[in-house]
Amino acid sequence: MTVAASRTSQMLYFRRRLANTVFILLSTCAAIFGLVWLTFILGGLLVDGVSALSPTLFTEITPPPGSKGGLANAIGGSILMSLIAVLVGTPIGLFAGTYLAEYARHGRLAFVVRFVNDILLSAPSIVIGLFVYELVVVRMGHFSGWAGAAALAVIVIPVVVRTTENMLLLVPNGLREAASALGAPQNFVIKLVTWKAARAGIITGILLAVARISGETAPLLFTALGNSGWSWDAGAMNQPMASLPAVIYTFATGPYEEQHALAWAGALLITATVLVLSILARLLENKKRT
Amino acid sequence: MFVAWAGCELRPITTSRGRFLTDISLSETSALTARVETARKAGAGDFRFRMMALAAALAVLAIFAGVITSLVFGSIPAFKEFGFGFITTEAWSPTRERFGALAPIYGTLVTSIIAMVIAVPVGIGIAIFLTDLCPRMLRRPIGIAVELLAGIPSIIYGIWGFFVFAPWFQLHVQEPVATAVADIPVLGTLFGGVTFGIGTFTAGLILSIMILPFISAVTRDVLETVPSVLKEASYGLGATSWEVMWKVCLPFCQTGVVGGAMLALGRALGETMAVTFVIGNAHKIAPSLFAPGTSISASIANEFTEATGDLYRSALIELGLLLFVITFIVLACAQLMLRQMEKGKGK
Repeated sequence: MTVAASRTSQMLYFRRRLANTVFILLSTCAAIFGLVWLTFILGGLLVDGVSALSPTLFTEITPPPGSKGGLANAIGGSILMSLIAVLVGTPIGLFAGTYLAEYARHGRLAFVVRFVNDILLSAPSIVIGLFVYELVVVRMGHFSGWAGAAALAVIVIPVVVRTTENMLLLVPNGLREAASALGAPQNFVIKLVTWKAARAGIITGILLAVARISGETAPLLFTALGNSGWSWDAGAMNQPMASLPAVIYTFATGPYEEQHALAWAGALLITATVLVLSILARLLENKKRT
Repeated sequence: MFVAWAGCELRPITTSRGRFLTDISLSETSALTARVETARKAGAGDFRFRMMALAAALAVLAIFAGVITSLVFGSIPAFKEFGFGFITTEAWSPTRERFGALAPIYGTLVTSIIAMVIAVPVGIGIAIFLTDLCPRMLRRPIGIAVELLAGIPSIIYGIWGFFVFAPWFQLHVQEPVATAVADIPVLGTLFGGVTFGIGTFTAGLILSIMILPFISAVTRDVLETVPSVLKEASYGLGATSWEVMWKVCLPFCQTGVVGGAMLALGRALGETMAVTFVIGNAHKIAPSLFAPGTSISASIANEFTEATGDLYRSALIELGLLLFVITFIVLACAQLMLRQMEKGKGK
């Protein structure tokens, strides 16, 4: 090799090494950059949230401006509406997911449903709020807990459909064939074999759906609106209903210090709920894999 | 020909289509009728179950159709009043009942562009770090952290942005930058003026932090589909990590990465709470990115419950329709790309 040739190849080698180092540095920086922001957010949330935590959060209702209080009615409203949303949304999602995975895997209808479901899954939740407003609030003539629950249910369905379908597709076909060969009608195959085999995955999906709706704010703003008092009589769902995210929004954007503190406490509660639910979901998923 | 089926009574065989297999050994007519009757019931149960599944699947379509119809119907009054001029006018005056969507559309697009410009490279960087560079011990914890953070509700980003980030940003970034660029022609317009902490740029930044974990999670999943033979072959030829990533892995899963980014863009466009807190809610297009603005979702969230008058409300619903159409197009492209990617994986 001539000296010149060896020098160019050395230059090339050097340049490639340099490019590689720059690349490694840049992506490490990206990772640090991302983690730093996320630590800031969680740290800020912990600092401001923990200092605002107190037992009265769970026993007292949201205060009028300038006085102290808790978040009891908001927490109660959120739990009630989420519960109804899950009770309504889960069966529909479960059956629709079952249809996609068991009955019409490759059909044209299944293709359309799958496509539309994935769009709904990431469609802006505020648009869902407008839809429920037109559908429920306008018809009823007033804001109500039912409307809030309906909006949340519409958000639950696509999440459950997607996970149910994915989990059912993981069930080996041999199980279905064996059950059919024993003479089980298809609905028995589905109910007693595939649903059972995919149970952990389906529950994971429901947990993720709960995690998703527990922080949803936009669709509740003009369906359930908010309520500064308790309304735990029979007609409670027929009245406007307080919810944790909506209270956070109103309190945080208002000018009062006490309300800011409550907003932070609420934000911490929501984040803790979401994190616990996601970790539970993840544990379930892992348990199934092993 | 009976079958003992877990948890249920003895039932005769039916095929999945509901036809019965008759038992040739049967002689007693009464027993036969009883069995045919049970078989018919089982067949009917099967049919019912199938119909329930079908109905649920159709319910998903019905919800989608309902969303579109209700938005279209709700926006008819505004459309009659303003026509297509709605999307090209900036004026937004509830008192005079003049509504134009240009400022919210501008805000939505600009915040999303800022978010994407920051989050796509950083998100892909994080994904590359996680798949290739990260020490094995840290890989799982960081990966899990990223995924968990993707699930944190947007209102948390909003409240943090409003109370913590915006004041800091105003003091330490906006003011120095605004003073520094004040006399430079283009930059002075883009980043000059009075600073408030909240504004279009802040909203874009918060959005970028929010979609960051999402992009990293999708990209990481996609990068993991690259067959290790491909990587090993290129390493074997003497390629550096950078060359393997840039010339082998990324081209291999190009469609998936772009699809994931589009999915994130769909989220950014429709994101409401994180933006509403920090964008400032001013219905005007300011030349400076630091100035307060508004976005489609922020306008709806802020004004809908206070909107008096059918025209005002209808204008907001028309904004919602515009948002839905924009996100639909973006999300549809994303879905098609990711589907294609999945198909390619099967080959």
